[in-house]
Amino acid sequence: MSTTTQAPETTRTGLLLRVLPVGMYAGRSRALVERSFLVNRRTWLQVVSGFFEPLFFLFGLGFGFGKLIGDVVGPGGETISYVAYVAPALLAASAMNGAVYDATFNLFFKLKYAKLYDAVLATPLGPLDIAIGEITWALIRGALYGTGFLTVMLGMGLLTSPWAVFALPAAILIAFAFGALGMACTTFMRSWHDFDLVQLALVPMFLFSTTFYPITVYPGAVQFAVKCFPLYHAIEVMRALCTGYVDASIVGHLAYFVVMALVGVVVASRRLGKLLLA
Amino acid sequence: MRPAIVPDVVAETAVRDGGLVRARGLTKQFGDFEAVRGIDLDVEPGEAFGFLGPNGAGKSSTMRMVSCVSPRTGGDLTVLGMDPRTQGPDIRARLGVVPQQDNLDNELTVRQNLHIYGRYFGLSKAHVRAKAVELLDFAQLTDRADAEVEPLSGGMKRRLTIARSLINDPELLLLDEPTTGLDPQARHLLWDRLFRLRQQGVTLIITTHYMDEAEQLCDRLVVMDGGKIVAEGSPGELIARYCSREVLELRFVTDKPDAAAAEGLADRIEVLPDRLLLYTSDGEASLAAAHQRGLAPASSLVRRGTLEDVFLRLTGRTLVD
Ligand SMILES: Nc1ncnc2c1ncn2[C@@H]1O[C@H](COP(=O)(O)OP(=O)(O)OP(=O)(O)O)[C@@H](O)[C@H]1O
Ligand SMILES: [Mg+2]
Repeated sequence: MSTTTQAPETTRTGLLLRVLPVGMYAGRSRALVERSFLVNRRTWLQVVSGFFEPLFFLFGLGFGFGKLIGDVVGPGGETISYVAYVAPALLAASAMNGAVYDATFNLFFKLKYAKLYDAVLATPLGPLDIAIGEITWALIRGALYGTGFLTVMLGMGLLTSPWAVFALPAAILIAFAFGALGMACTTFMRSWHDFDLVQLALVPMFLFSTTFYPITVYPGAVQFAVKCFPLYHAIEVMRALCTGYVDASIVGHLAYFVVMALVGVVVASRRLGKLLLA
Repeated sequence: MRPAIVPDVVAETAVRDGGLVRARGLTKQFGDFEAVRGIDLDVEPGEAFGFLGPNGAGKSSTMRMVSCVSPRTGGDLTVLGMDPRTQGPDIRARLGVVPQQDNLDNELTVRQNLHIYGRYFGLSKAHVRAKAVELLDFAQLTDRADAEVEPLSGGMKRRLTIARSLINDPELLLLDEPTTGLDPQARHLLWDRLFRLRQQGVTLIITTHYMDEAEQLCDRLVVMDGGKIVAEGSPGELIARYCSREVLELRFVTDKPDAAAAEGLADRIEVLPDRLLLYTSDGEASLAAAHQRGLAPASSLVRRGTLEDVFLRLTGRTLVD
């Protein structure tokens, strides 16, 4: 593996390309997205089912628990219904889950069994094209689901602020970051057993990252730990945008995902290069 | 041998340093193991260049480096005048690659495989649609165009992989054992097609274990063994240098053939468990001489010296590794 980091002599420059070995990018990741469309046209049922999952959570948890709990204190200290409290968190969690599944299970299959990328890399496309192409597909799917979920929220009167128009772009950024990091992790996995670790990371994160109750229920040390994990920040962003209580802290939360996305893409494409270009 | 055809298309391609592919001291290491141990190559525009060599000789490793899908460990390499290390995408845009192992997209149909592969090269949808029809016909898969790839027979998959490699009208086509698994009809069809591509100015690099194929297709070849090039030349030159015009085979049924009795009858004599091989310029004359000496083989055969003889002489008869 070449580890030279000089910039390529083409017009395709940029931060990413300076930290990645040259020759890894042809600027043609769109073709891989096109492939995903072609493949998923035939497995549309699987695509549709992904749309309903967060809605089931919303109805089950929101209404079921909502009845039991009644109203709660929102991010701005206001009183909101429990459904309104949980819905943004579920949106964030579904952005995470969708992206992570695509970037781990689906990617691992294509990497190890389908040998898809061996063929792709014999064309102008490089590892960075693959990384971007696959993440883009995950984002397109995520955006579709996010739109559906937000539409349902709108219909239920859960979007109470104009800030909510930013909820979708924010969900896409969050999915991008999770997808990129998930992809980077997948490149280190040796067998399907390693995916238990993915579950081990996702499930507690989903349960404990203030999805269902505020962070104030935890003692100080636990609060700090929860704040280290990405889903906490995703939920903070979504809750602020959906309820309209947006302050400067949102910049910090979003920055978390920008960094996470960059690290993910760089590690993923470097590792993909190492794995595939033996 | 056929005359080398170097048409304008290729002459126009600005290729520095002469060769279309140029390697100096090229090496490839996997961990501690050195699969390619410093080889020099010059492939000229428009020629058909072959790699021969026993299993594990390093042919595929070399092909993969030239295809810009495997970074070299050491030495110099330029393909189409560019360095694979920095200009991989630009080089690959002009290559056609048939890997040793088919790697078709099993989630797509036959036609979609061609279609999407063309899209990876940035070709327009209209262009790949038309090209796919032509290539399906070439691969004789038109009636399976909309079928899944997975259930195709091995030979059909191979044909599709070869067709796929032509989607971008490559200038340089790299074929790693293209005809392994093909039936004789498909093999001859491919040879015809490759011959026509060469006439159009496409440069071919082929690895094969079929000596007749190498003799048919290649203007020039190298024999690799243990990661090194052990011989280089046209098929005719190699036969002249390492074999002889004719080979006299003397078969013995009983015990070990009497090599001592045949001493001096030919330029070189090889002793096999049941046979003597006499490398000679005139087989009939040697046979007559053998009879005169009182050698009584159960049967005899005079044949032309072939690449296979060259190959076996250079790389040994025993199976390595
Ligand atoms: N990815 C790899 N990792 C480790 N070793 C490898 C790898 N690829 C090839 N090798 C080793 O390099 C050597 C040369 O392999 P290569 O595939 O180039 O041989 P070949 O000449 O194409 O043989 P064949 O005729 O069997 O296809 C072999 O010993 C092989 O085990
Ligand atoms: Mg090989």
